Parts: sequence; C-alpha cells; structure tokens
Amino acid sequence: MSSTPKQIHLAAHFPGVNNTTVWSDPAAGSQIDFSSFVHLARTAERAKFDFLFLAEGLRLREQRGKIHDLDVVGRPDTFTVLAALAAVTDRLGLAGTINSTFNEPYEVARQFATLDHLSAGRAAWNVVTSWDEFTGENFRRGGYLAREDRYERADQFLTAVKVLLDSWRGDEIAADKESGTFLRDPDAGRFAHRVGQFDIAGSFNVPRSPQGRPVIFQAGDSEQGREFAASAADAIFTRHGTLEAGKAFYADVKGRLARYGRSPEELLILPGVTFVLGDTPADAEERAYEVRRQQVSGPTAITFVERIWNRDLSDRDPDGPLPAEDPLIDADPIVRGRADVRGADRLATAAHWRSVAEEKKLSLRELVIEVTGRQTFVGTPQQVARALDDFVQADASDGFILAPHLTPGGLDEFADTVVPLLQERGVFRTEYEGETLRDHLGLPALARPAGGSREEAVS
Amino acid sequence: MSRSTPLLHLAVALDGAGWHPAAWREPGARPNDLFTAGYWADLAAEAERGLLDFVTIEDSLGQQSSSFTGPDGRTDQVRGRLDAVLTAARIAPLTTHLGLIPAAVVTHTEPFHLSKSVATLDHVSGGRAGVQVRVSGRADEAAHFGRREVPRLPVAALDSPAGRALLEELFGEAADYVEVVRRLWDSWEDDAEIRDVATGRFIDRAKLHYIDFAGRHFSVKGPSITPRPPQGQPLVAALAHRAEPFRLVATSADIGFVTPHDTAQATAIVEEIRTGQDRAGRGGQTVHILADLVVLLDDEPGRAAERRARLDASLDAPYAGDALVFAGTPAELADLLQEFARTGLTGFRLRPATLPYDLERITGGLVPELQRRGAFRQAYQAGTLRGLLGLPRPANRYTAA
Repeated sequence: MSSTPKQIHLAAHFPGVNNTTVWSDPAAGSQIDFSSFVHLARTAERAKFDFLFLAEGLRLREQRGKIHDLDVVGRPDTFTVLAALAAVTDRLGLAGTINSTFNEPYEVARQFATLDHLSAGRAAWNVVTSWDEFTGENFRRGGYLAREDRYERADQFLTAVKVLLDSWRGDEIAADKESGTFLRDPDAGRFAHRVGQFDIAGSFNVPRSPQGRPVIFQAGDSEQGREFAASAADAIFTRHGTLEAGKAFYADVKGRLARYGRSPEELLILPGVTFVLGDTPADAEERAYEVRRQQVSGPTAITFVERIWNRDLSDRDPDGPLPAEDPLIDADPIVRGRADVRGADRLATAAHWRSVAEEKKLSLRELVIEVTGRQTFVGTPQQVARALDDFVQADASDGFILAPHLTPGGLDEFADTVVPLLQERGVFRTEYEGETLRDHLGLPALARPAGGSREEAVS
Repeated sequence: MSRSTPLLHLAVALDGAGWHPAAWREPGARPNDLFTAGYWADLAAEAERGLLDFVTIEDSLGQQSSSFTGPDGRTDQVRGRLDAVLTAARIAPLTTHLGLIPAAVVTHTEPFHLSKSVATLDHVSGGRAGVQVRVSGRADEAAHFGRREVPRLPVAALDSPAGRALLEELFGEAADYVEVVRRLWDSWEDDAEIRDVATGRFIDRAKLHYIDFAGRHFSVKGPSITPRPPQGQPLVAALAHRAEPFRLVATSADIGFVTPHDTAQATAIVEEIRTGQDRAGRGGQTVHILADLVVLLDDEPGRAAERRARLDASLDAPYAGDALVFAGTPAELADLLQEFARTGLTGFRLRPATLPYDLERITGGLVPELQRRGAFRQAYQAGTLRGLLGLPRPANRYTAA
C-alpha cells in the first residue's frame, strides 16, 4: 500500500426525466430555468467536483401510444446550456450526452471544440448511439440503425470527430501583426476521411482547443460497449452500484486496456449512484423510504408493471395485486423512447416480482417500490463517506456520478456534509489543482497531432 | 428634426477581428484572443453599454475564404471561427438586456437541433435570443457533410438557370426549416407543465403537440424536448441581397438585413419586402428591415478615411463587400442613417470594420449623437429582445381559442 490513498472522483448528474427525479416535493424547482442549472453547477464547483453531467433524449417518451406524463418532462439543448454554464463556473468540467446517430461529425466536432475553447478546457462528451426509428422521426437523418450496428456507428463517428479535431496541431495561429501572417500553415484544418458511413473532406474551421478534444465518456454495459470503452473512452458511466458487481466490472474493463496499449489509469470507471442522507441511520432509512414513495406514485407503479407485462394496465388498482395474466412477449413494446426489458426477460422478471410480492405480502405499488427504488447509498454523512471510500479503495470504481433526486438543491447537503468528511479522509481534493477536466481526472495530456493533411484516411 | 423623429433600432454584427480583412493587424486588435470567451464577453459588454438592440455573431460550416467556391489558402487573414450559438450562450449570463442573434446554417443541419438550441439560448438569456438563418450553397461546405452534391458555381453564375435552381432549392428549404423551428417552439403550450400531485401528472399532455411536418428535405414529428422559450418564439433573421432571400424575409423572418448602397435602392428593397409580406398574408406583422453598413468611425474629420486607406493599403485591392462602407465622423454617420431611415428602413446593423475600435466609436460616439437628436433610446426599457424591438409575444398556434 502506498501512503496516499486512491483519490475519489465525483460528478453531479443533473436530475433526469425519469421517476427518480421527485417533482412533487415542495422543494422541487424548475427543470428548465437556467437558475436551476446554475445552482447545481455552483454547488458542484463549491464542493470541488470533477464535472457536471447532462443526459439527453431526442424524443419525448411514450407509453400506451401517448406522451408519458408522470415524470419530469423537458430538457434544454445540451451544448447550449453547457456553454452558458461555462460563464458561471471556473473549473467544473462540463459533460454532456450527444447522440452520434442524429448528428454529423463536422458539426459535433465544431460544437465540442467551441465548448472546450469557451470553457478553457472543460468539455466532455458522453457518446451515445440510438438505433430506434421512433427517435429518427424527428430528424432529416431519419434512417436508423440495426441495434447490433450501433457501436460500429459510434466508433466510426468518434473516429471521424477525432480526425477533424486533430486537423489542427495547435501552433498554427501566428497572428503576427508586423509580418501580416495570421496562419503559419495554409493547410491548417485540412482533412479527408473516408471510412464506413462517412465520406467527408475539406477544411475544419475551429482551431485546436485547450484539451485537444473533449474527454470521452461511454455509457453502457454490453460486451461491445466495454470493448468500445477500452479502445476509445476516457471514462465509463456504469450502473454497477453494488460492491461485488462493481469489482467484477472494474476488473473486467481495466483488464481490456492493455490490448489497446493503454494503462489502467487511462480509463476511469464511474458508476451513476443515488444517495439519501440522515442525521441518524434510522432517520436516513426513513427519509429514503419516503423518497421512494415519492418516486413511485400509484400511476407510476402501474407504468412500471406495464413495461414488464407489456400490456395496458391502466384500469388496475396500484394498491391491489400484480396482474394474474402473464406478460405479452411478442407484441410491440408498450414503451417507446427508453431502454427497455425485452422478450423472454419479461417472463423471468414477472416471475421474480410475483414471488417477492407473495413472500412479503406487497401490493402492486409496494412491490415496485421494493424492487426498483432502493438508493445506492443511504446513511449518515459519516456512513456514506465511509461507504464511498470503501467502494473506491476496493477497486469497485474510481468515483461516482451522483444523481440527486431533487432539482436544484439535491446536492447541497452532500456538498456540505459528506465532501468535508471525504476530504478529512484524504481521498478527495480540497482545491482544484489543475485547469482542465483532463487535469481533474488525472488523464495524461494528449500528444500533439500531425495537423492538417490532404492525404486521405481510407479503410 | 421634429417630435416625430422615429427611434432607430441599432445592432452590431460581430465577426472575428472586424469586417475589414486587415482589421486583425490594427494596434488595438486582439487576434490572439479570437477563440477565447473573454474576447466575446468584452465585445458584448461594450455593445450593452451602448444600449444596442442586439449583436449578431457570424458563423459558417467552412473556412472563411475570399473565394465563393472553396478555401483560398490565404494565411494573411483571420481563419477559423467558433460556433456562434454557443458563443452567444457563453455571453448570455454576462449580459442583461442585449439581444443575441447568432448565425446558423440551415442547409446541412437539423431543424430539431437548432430549434432546441435557440430555445435554450432564450431560456439562458431570459428572453433575448434570436437566430440569423443562413443557407450554404458552397460545394466545399457540402463536402464536409458528404450527404448531398452541390454544384460548384461562382457568384456570377447565380443568375444562370442552374444558379436560380440552386437558390430556389436552398431558400425553399430554409423556409421549410424556419417553419419547423417555429412549430417546435410552439409545440409546448405555455401552461403544459402542471405538476398535479393529485393525479401524479407532471404535464398535461394535451398541451404538447406533434408538429407532423413533412417536406421535400425533411420530415419532423415533434414535439420539441425543450419547453416553449420565454419569448414564445425567439426572433428569426436573415441577410438578403436578392429576390429569393427577400422572399424568405417576407414569408418567414422577423428581421431582414439588407445592403442598399443608396436611398433609391433602400426604397426599392423595402417596397419589395413589404409587398412580399402582404402577399404572404403577413402585412399586419412587424418585420424589421435593417440596413447593413460597414463602418469606420473617428471623431476627427478625415481620420476615418485615412484609417480606411491605411487598412486597404495592405490588401491587393481596396476592401469592398456586399454592404456600403462608411468612413467618417459619428455626426456624419448619424446624418446618413436618418436619411436612409426615411426610406422605411426601421434601423441598421453596423458592421464594425475593426474590433474593438469601431465598436467603441459606435457606442461612445454614434449612440450619444443619435440620443441628442432624439433618435435612440436613453435606457433599456424592456427585458426581452421582442420588447426592445416592439414585437408582441406571439400566440401559440396550437392553443385552442
């Protein structure tokens, strides 16, 4: 063991458009007013977090053929709100999900290069790829992908963006008033790239940004997703919030890096987690249960069961039993616009839920609260600080992306109580040491690329 | 002038180090800062000190070039630019009254994305957003996307049959694009969010609307993922030099930027746009027509002309763009603007030849001169860009009467 314990990385997830975000609480604020984003970003920066994270969805979710109305709905444009947040923060990393199916590399590369310039090196990109025709209905690129092609698309898209960003080395701008030389190199920004779905060439018009490129995140758990992350990402956004699952995932993914000539520190593993704090352990448990009840209203409980049963159950009583009939397996999904349980998994999940309900004598709503609602970390600030530290020291992760259940104040208490305890334990920074997000994450600076070239990349 | 002196609307167009190609070499120029937030924040603060209606920020999906058909390989002028919508968003929290109208290309981009990004700019600025839509007819920019063929046409060929066909296509697509963007802004009614704890419903989904647009270039289902912005609809602007874009302004825009070189041209352009507006059934709506002028300003008579000559000396030929170039004193410019305004123009978008120098002469010289003449506001009196421009908040097309 070294004398310095492994350091924890922390990030704040702006509360999302699903039932974990509680809007019925009197303390719940706007999901769209800029003041809410400012509040959370400033709280995260005050607490010396690595970054703020924004998710994205490009079509409103539907259930039973209608827009889902029970959860928070409505989000800003990711790039635009992150650029505005750069004006009210100094060090906090600014991370967002941007879809690689319904965008073009030239535009996305410009937007990330711009965000990185305007934030002086704090931009990060969570690369996601949609495959659904449902979302495609909002776009001129209406064509969608076969589900199994999505990582290939993501990989090719990311490669294209990197080609564009690397078309400037970073030393081309002379801006020498005396000699009249603005550019040292007439080929700055030149690129040609013909790979797979992309056949693009010309001149990229944003000079190299402070980080060179945004920090790259990958979210997803499949075999292909893990491999994609090991080859190309700087961090993984995972769902493994338990110690055992976390350790297995961590070992698996870190073990893949050597094959790509990368060291374990070059890919951070950051699970998305939830938390509830209390003055005593019992108080925390009580508050956690109350939050779960807020998260799973009667109508919301019905929609959860509908997603598994794949049937319209709008006439059921949430305080009554689970449906007697079995899930529909072959019908089209009742839910659109979100990741979904599919096919035969429905039967297994339904069987499991029934057995839990029977054993614990739970109504439909109580069952949903029981099986879906449990927060990752519940306890006093001391308990939570220790649990977070233990999790990281056990190599179950390199840190956490914390999703508060309240907008915008849901991180305040954590910042005020847990963060100082982590700092006392010597596992979390007390001041930012670097300028850029790469610095915060301990990622090595990128090598300077060759710059603009007229030669084509073909494969 | 009498009590009926009309108040002029005054905006500034920001681009790089200024509109003169040699601007970046001027003593006060900051060519090393062009890609920093601080540079743009300082320019916006200066414009706001001058009580200007708004700033525009130029953008393009390709390298600046002196050639219409592709990059020119020059190394003696500013090359490279930041995304304008994001630059506007970056300065929005640092300003409080100034309108922000970034340029955005509508030829290769997605109306769904632009609609939500401008709506978000409106949210983060508290109702001060607009967008200047631009078409791209350049073959080199099309190759950056690799999705459509664009003929490589020089400017002189725009009046050929192929040129006209291209313009019809590009501006027709732009009109569809603006229609989609506006429908998406309306796709949430203002009171769609209900937070009704009793029924567990966050929104009243009857107040969210599919826009179901189907056109030649795209189909968009909707609704937007972003709630209706503070202004209801942020403003749509377009630069127009000829019939096709004049029609776009008449049918689709709230603000047209035009480039008359004398009052006779100004009269003709205003007439053409107003006629087009009537024909499009928008005769009753306010559409501002602002003339663009490149300006070099100095208090001392003759100084601006000298400066212009000095700047031009480093070029192969004197600078001449699409817009009239004015070099003179603030009082002379005020005379010219008031004369032009009599043609029916409602204001001006000044393009500073050099930054920040000519912007500072606008805010520190021209604005006080116009205020003395009773032709410009003494203070900001509205919180939104629509308010500054005297435009009402539009009713939502989907709200049942």
